[in-house]
Amino acid sequence: MSQIFDKQSKGIDSEQLVTWLLRIATYLIILAFVLIIGRIIVRGAPVLAKEGISFITQSPDILYCFYDQDGKYHRLGSQEYRDFKTANPDGLKLYELSANYSGGGIFGPLMGTLILIGICIVFAMTIGIAASVFLSEYSKRGPLIRMIRLAIINLAGVPSVVFGLFGFAFFCYFIPVITKTTPVERSIFFTQLPDWMASLLGAEQLYLSCQGWGSSILAAGCTLACMVLPIIITACEESLRAVPQGFRDASLSLGATQWQTIGKSVLPYALPGMLTASVLGLLRVSGETAPIMYTGAFAQCQLPWEGLREENWFWRITEFFQRGCEALPYHIYSVSAKIPQTEIVRPMQDGSVLVFMLIMLALATTSVVLRIRIRKKLKW
Amino acid sequence: MSKQDKKSKEPKPKATERIDTSSDGARHLNEALLDVQKLSFSYDMGKTDTLKKISLEIPKQKVTAFIGPSGCGKSTLLRCFNRMNDTIPTARITHGNVKIMGADIYGPKVDPIRLRKQVGMVFQKSNPFPKSIYENVAFGLRIAGERKKSVLDEAVEKSLKGAALWDEVKDRLGESALGLSGGQQQRLCIARTIAVEPEVILMDEPCSALDPIATAVVEELITKLREDFTVVIVTHNMQQATRVSDHTAFFYLGELIEYDTTQQLFTNPSIKQTEDYISGRFG
Ligand SMILES: Nc1ncnc2c1ncn2[C@@H]1O[C@H](COP(=O)(O)OP(=O)(O)OP(=O)(O)O)[C@@H](O)[C@H]1O
Ligand SMILES: [Mg+2]
Repeated sequence: MSQIFDKQSKGIDSEQLVTWLLRIATYLIILAFVLIIGRIIVRGAPVLAKEGISFITQSPDILYCFYDQDGKYHRLGSQEYRDFKTANPDGLKLYELSANYSGGGIFGPLMGTLILIGICIVFAMTIGIAASVFLSEYSKRGPLIRMIRLAIINLAGVPSVVFGLFGFAFFCYFIPVITKTTPVERSIFFTQLPDWMASLLGAEQLYLSCQGWGSSILAAGCTLACMVLPIIITACEESLRAVPQGFRDASLSLGATQWQTIGKSVLPYALPGMLTASVLGLLRVSGETAPIMYTGAFAQCQLPWEGLREENWFWRITEFFQRGCEALPYHIYSVSAKIPQTEIVRPMQDGSVLVFMLIMLALATTSVVLRIRIRKKLKW
Repeated sequence: MSKQDKKSKEPKPKATERIDTSSDGARHLNEALLDVQKLSFSYDMGKTDTLKKISLEIPKQKVTAFIGPSGCGKSTLLRCFNRMNDTIPTARITHGNVKIMGADIYGPKVDPIRLRKQVGMVFQKSNPFPKSIYENVAFGLRIAGERKKSVLDEAVEKSLKGAALWDEVKDRLGESALGLSGGQQQRLCIARTIAVEPEVILMDEPCSALDPIATAVVEELITKLREDFTVVIVTHNMQQATRVSDHTAFFYLGELIEYDTTQQLFTNPSIKQTEDYISGRFG
């Protein structure tokens, strides 16, 4: 009994030591957070303050920086630079520096990323929801289903660059595509169009050709979709499993078919969870550079919908989807690794990173808040 | 009554006759609605039988209670009656059959969806959908394709009245069913079940999550349901069985030990195991 009161105070005992080690490990997370996020904010905020809204509404441009003969410093986009030159045909330009993609703003890349996310959502959500409904509601246990689950788990662990190369090989160079021009030797099917369709599509024949979609937003979006699919399937299955078995039992016992049960008593309650969980997955892949740099993203100043050449609406749409575009992560990669690094590139780097991070943060927060709200509302 | 002669080994026929003289004579007395013949059931593809050669007849417009210790297969048998076990991939009927009004419900031509409209079920844990009270009751009709508002309104009112819930909820039909008390929720589930006008209502421990007052209300409801429906109820509460049921079946380890009128079974059980169980000596 008396031993209880025998606590020896010999400075730091092992218990305290462990507590402190754990504590430091935890604090390191905050440190990393502050270092990363803090640095981005500290460096990016002044850029945004200076450029204002035009940083988001303008597309990237070539940037020219120089001192004129009066010692005045100029930062000009390509158009302004040309104007300056015509205004001062033989004006002196000292210390002139120029950098691609570093002027203007990030409107193009932003739109490109949104389009990629959109394509990715359409493909990943439809396939993901369908697969998860099958896995959790219909499939029976068996070797095939076990293999599918194993595949899903493994797919989630595949490095993003492998997805990129897969997308490059499959979507850009193999997947069948409908064309009107005589394709190369890969044509597998062709049909003569009836007159009304020919005039509608402005083409005599249609070919189905295994020539791939080329380096395009469709290929890039689908590659991203392949990458989130495992995340989405897992998240959707979890949401489905969170729907009480009682709902299914009640529905079935009232004479509903299994499909009615899923449609009316399971999916509506799982959908909010599915959506929010999937958004988080989508955000993660939409920040990836590797899968899109092989499949559809390239540095350019054009907007995704600018400079379409086809006249016919149908071919215009296909042209749009079969063209590459600039995306934010790739834009960041371009300005920070692909072009010569001078000090005039810095503002573009810092600003892009900050905007990108803010968007991701905002979307992630919204989805989490939404989930909490819906959880509260749909409590059972 | 040749069917009953075949099973004269079991102590049931005499009793059925005895009790029915007291009830109203207008209906088809003694008619067996559900007829279970030597039913064996397995959860694991027939390796072990959870139910072993169970034979019993459930009379029309009566309340039949299933009692027995936990795990003896009461719920399993109940779920055989509306083929809810179909959802378990490894579950099998290994022997015998179940007939409803003479037709085998596991026959090749039977549509389990339509069967379940005839044989409704109320679950142990009340499971209203997180929808409005109205939509909960209308659910069965809606999935059956009923769209007319007037028909739905009428059915909802009738069912809620039938479940003795109408007066409590008639002013808030549009509110979420999850706002109801436990007892009200369970009665809502009963209303939802009777809205599709089944022949049989299966109830698996419908009162086990309710307080005594709510239980009394539901019990009263069950005795009233007997006028229109055939009720099979699983209960762990012997008093409840004596209060609400006309017949009682006692199960033990997947076997039907004794089946008799409730009065007979509880006052004068013919088998030792039954006596031990109802007097609380095991189980
Ligand atoms: N889905 C299932 N899969 C496999 N075995 C099951 C399943 N459901 C029940 N069992 C088993 O079947 C046996 C009978 O279960 P059942 O639920 O019918 O018992 P019960 O009499 O209703 O018990 P309780 O009074 O506890 O509800 C038990 O041994 C149980 O473990
Ligand atoms: Mg049970």
